[in-house]
Amino acid sequence: MTDLNQLETDLLSQVEAAGDEAALEAVRLSALGKKGSVSELLKTLGAMTPEERKERGPLINGLRDKVQSALTVKKETLAEAALGARLAAERIDVTLLPQEAPEARGRIHPISQVIEELTAIFADMGFSVAEGPDIETDYLNFTALNFPVGHPAREMHDTFFLAPDEKGERKVLRTHTSPVQIRTMKSQKPPIRVIIPGRTYRHDSDQTHTPMFHQVEGLVIDKQANIAHMKWILEEFCKAFFEVDQVKMRFRPSFFPFTEPSAEVDIQCSRKGGEIRFGEGTDWLEILGCGMVHPNVLRNCGLDPDEYQGFAWGMGIDRIAMLKYGMPDLRPFFEADVRWLNHYGFRPLDIPSLVSGLTS
Amino acid sequence: MKFTLSWLKDHLETNASLDEIVETLTRIGLEVEGVEDKAKTLGAYINAYVISAEQHPNADRLRVCMVDTGSGSPIQVVCGAPNARTGMKSVFAPPGTYVPGKNITLGVGTIRGVESAGMLCSAAELEISDDHDGIIELPADAPIGVAYAAYAGLDDPVIEINLTPNRPDCTSIFGIARDLAAAGLGTLKGGDVPAIQGKGACPVSVTLDFSGDDAKLCPTFALRLVRGVKNGPSPEWMQRRLLSIGLRPINALVDITNYITFDRGRPLHVFDAKKVKGNLTVRRAKDGEEVLALDGRTYKLDAGTVVIADENGVESIAGIMGGEHSGSDEGTTDVLIESALWDPLNIAQTGRKHGIITDARYRFERGIDPAFTVPGLDLATKMVIDFCGGEPSEAVVAGKVPDTTRVIEFPYSEVPRLSGLDVKPAESEEILKKLGFKVQGSGERVNVVPPSWRPDIEGKADLVEEVIRIAGVDRIEPQPLPRLEATVAKPILTLIQKRTRVARRSLAMRGLVEAVTWSFISKDEAELFGGGDARLALANPIAAELSDMRPSLLPGLLKAAQRNADRGFGDVALFEVGQTFASDEPEGQSIKAASVRRGTARAEGVGRHWNGGAESVDAFDAKADVLALLAALGIPAGGLQIVAGGPAWFHPGRSGTLQFGPKNIVGAFGEVHPKILKALDLKGPLVAFELNLDALPPPKAKPTKMKPKLSLPDFQPLTRDFAFVVGRDVAAGDIVKAAQGAERALIVGVDVFDVYEGTGIDPDKKSVAIAVTLQPTEKTLTDVEIEAVTAKIIAEVSKKTGAVLRG
Repeated sequence: MTDLNQLETDLLSQVEAAGDEAALEAVRLSALGKKGSVSELLKTLGAMTPEERKERGPLINGLRDKVQSALTVKKETLAEAALGARLAAERIDVTLLPQEAPEARGRIHPISQVIEELTAIFADMGFSVAEGPDIETDYLNFTALNFPVGHPAREMHDTFFLAPDEKGERKVLRTHTSPVQIRTMKSQKPPIRVIIPGRTYRHDSDQTHTPMFHQVEGLVIDKQANIAHMKWILEEFCKAFFEVDQVKMRFRPSFFPFTEPSAEVDIQCSRKGGEIRFGEGTDWLEILGCGMVHPNVLRNCGLDPDEYQGFAWGMGIDRIAMLKYGMPDLRPFFEADVRWLNHYGFRPLDIPSLVSGLTS
Repeated sequence: MKFTLSWLKDHLETNASLDEIVETLTRIGLEVEGVEDKAKTLGAYINAYVISAEQHPNADRLRVCMVDTGSGSPIQVVCGAPNARTGMKSVFAPPGTYVPGKNITLGVGTIRGVESAGMLCSAAELEISDDHDGIIELPADAPIGVAYAAYAGLDDPVIEINLTPNRPDCTSIFGIARDLAAAGLGTLKGGDVPAIQGKGACPVSVTLDFSGDDAKLCPTFALRLVRGVKNGPSPEWMQRRLLSIGLRPINALVDITNYITFDRGRPLHVFDAKKVKGNLTVRRAKDGEEVLALDGRTYKLDAGTVVIADENGVESIAGIMGGEHSGSDEGTTDVLIESALWDPLNIAQTGRKHGIITDARYRFERGIDPAFTVPGLDLATKMVIDFCGGEPSEAVVAGKVPDTTRVIEFPYSEVPRLSGLDVKPAESEEILKKLGFKVQGSGERVNVVPPSWRPDIEGKADLVEEVIRIAGVDRIEPQPLPRLEATVAKPILTLIQKRTRVARRSLAMRGLVEAVTWSFISKDEAELFGGGDARLALANPIAAELSDMRPSLLPGLLKAAQRNADRGFGDVALFEVGQTFASDEPEGQSIKAASVRRGTARAEGVGRHWNGGAESVDAFDAKADVLALLAALGIPAGGLQIVAGGPAWFHPGRSGTLQFGPKNIVGAFGEVHPKILKALDLKGPLVAFELNLDALPPPKAKPTKMKPKLSLPDFQPLTRDFAFVVGRDVAAGDIVKAAQGAERALIVGVDVFDVYEGTGIDPDKKSVAIAVTLQPTEKTLTDVEIEAVTAKIIAEVSKKTGAVLRG
């Protein structure tokens, strides 16, 4: 009996003393291996009488079980410690920054963004997007739009001209997006509902003017469209674009060669600390020009002004971008200064939609 | 166009307040630009008496004044003006007053130990003149305690309107009053001009020396002599009005013409009759003729300019500016008054050519009322006689006042049709009549005759505008524009519009920043990038470096990258999606996308980094951009060929051309050519791509949106690696192509995973290692079968490229 107890004590303390998995394996072999001390004892059971076996069997088996479970427990403890040591050694400095992701660096220019905003709003109202060339004929840029001969806009100090061709005709860089109205009316039958965004050019360069800028034009032609509809379209647009619940607009009778009646539209706002807010305040800010398409323009497009009617409006994309997003100056729009673009530009996935909102 | 309130009230009987008038002007299309109301801005300034002015105890240049403001108790004011003295009268501002000339609001202060409760003011401080030498000195009889502005006659508000070019009638205060009266703000008055009965014929005759079409340059010219006038200053009230709208009074004769120019929109000219030699001829100038004009400048004329000449030569530039020689002065005793009609187009062109801006030109180029030619002359004559005395001759009228009468058939229903506002015929009729239109007939359809002062009225739409601008555009209630079809909105974007959007977003996702650069570049730049066509050069560029329509987006982007580098941001990655020009026809314009990467601005990361990086950009960064873009656009890679070499602006050995067959080149990428860097003054490394979005093949139309059936093989793919030694100039792409072709049914992928040159390889060779993926479809391949495919691949690559399997 004493030797069994002694053996148990010895083995358990050896298990406890094992410092790593190899040492523990050596203990296991010395006890439970083929020639192990406990295995040798188990082999003696076969030669015993049933009485002896009944007495010694449980003792020897018990010893084996105890050693076995001690080994298992110790093995787990050692594995745990080894993993802990490995993980401690594998620690990294998580305060280091990875390379900045490309999608965090990329930017969309405010003009592109605003064109997508406009498109989202007007698409919902049933408009499609028409485009036309930047280099236009004098006829489409002026004559068809009812600009009289000798109109100051047709002079070199207002308009960019190209060299005259063989016939002596000079093409122009379009001074507005309105020639696309003519192209649209000539190529498609009413009802027409289009917006026309694009680059435009005027011979002008100072603090608030650039020789190239962007306009968006709208055109509605059918057999009923009138000023009341135009007011609704423009009010709904302004609310949606500036993302406010209410706007107050003022239609001032004005003059453009290609519309009659014509109006300029002001929008009420407040200006506090350089910030413009729409839907409040007492200031008026001019935002667009509009009117009923002039009968001569309809006639020039082959439409009978007694049968067809409609309205058009135009505004500066750069300007409404400045009003909405607060850029103080126009010139930096075209200077490609990455500091400006990073600040005023939009992230690659800031995609304007009416479903998720024009801006996030 | 500027005028004062009192002047307006000469022609408008009204009880309306200034605010109502201003609000109405803007509402009816005469946009008020500004109102200067000195009665308001200077309301706090009052006349005061300086009871005493004594030396300040602590300052040599200051005086302590006791000021009587009429309130009873004298006020103590410290004043630094040299002219402040006991017994004078001046202008006082109490604490709380805003001083415009100093941009401060006064408070009660202590100046060098003496309390001061207000200020005695100079004219400059009130911004009524530049005089800041001392405080204002009022005459001894000036009443104390009254508002200075009212006392000094500065309380007539000045209104400035921004006139649209179609409204010549409102270049006159009378015309503005007419519009306001029509809008219900009062009654128009003071329009009648009694005819002048002259004595004897005008001794100077007028010849209109024009032939044929030229007659329109001067349809009519009226002239009258007034003998025995005494010229001098015009009446004070007239001078004050002219001053308040910014005109300098000259003498009575000149002031009268200026006054009528504004009062009635009728420019006139006066000649000193004694300085005019012989009769007057109105004609085109002769090339090279000169005239010294009233602005003191000599103008060299040509046949485009119409002049009034006598035997001495040119005396006046018609409708724009008179000549110095025959101008009136204090010594003028006999005066010739001219009231003529000129061709608006010719006046505009002449004015622009000579750079002369005058109140006469402003009116003639818009088109003045022809019917007021002779009444204008009579009105001027009456004022001359009233102010200067003298005896008028009969008027001589050359040519004929043109009859502009026209009739517009007008159904009143046009108003609601175009405006959406149900204006009743009676209201429309009343508005038109108040504006001076004649309405003939009755009922739903009438004939309308526009007045002679409204050359802008051509048709029905113009009449609708007249009615609704007076009735009030704000009466029109917004009305929803119904949808054309009661369906879910259809997609609206065209293919190129969709591509443009996807291109922008996908390039931005690669860390590129979108720029918008000028559509025009310099001629040199255009030529360097394949452009420079004379038809794309501007005749009047705004600057030499913005002279030609761009053939490519790259010059603008490259220069933008350099500008950023010059500011200390050398690692820039920019892109643009925009129009380029190959010809001046619409078809010559196409939308391109382009990127430029500079320094270390790679998609993977920019600049130095603890985990590697700081590698310079190379042609593969540009290639990765363009391939990512093509993938984002959904362009199937199948037909795309990448050919070594590119256009002249790329490094010939480090660039590639993208094409769908040799006839359809769609773009290129690579390292920018060193010669371009030198020519544009750029510093590399710079890589770029440009892709023509308009030239990409359109997607194939499909009957349904079904994607092809997905078939997943039952057997695992396996990969075999090969290392080939080939000549250095063999393209890796050819090795890949050869391997792919070895056994098309089995080979589903070939990837180059190593390219090596150096030790162990002949100097004129390189090693290219590829991984070939085999995908069995019917059964697992046996070793023998795999061996067979391997041998085929080696044989095929050797045959096509001269490669040898590396030992």
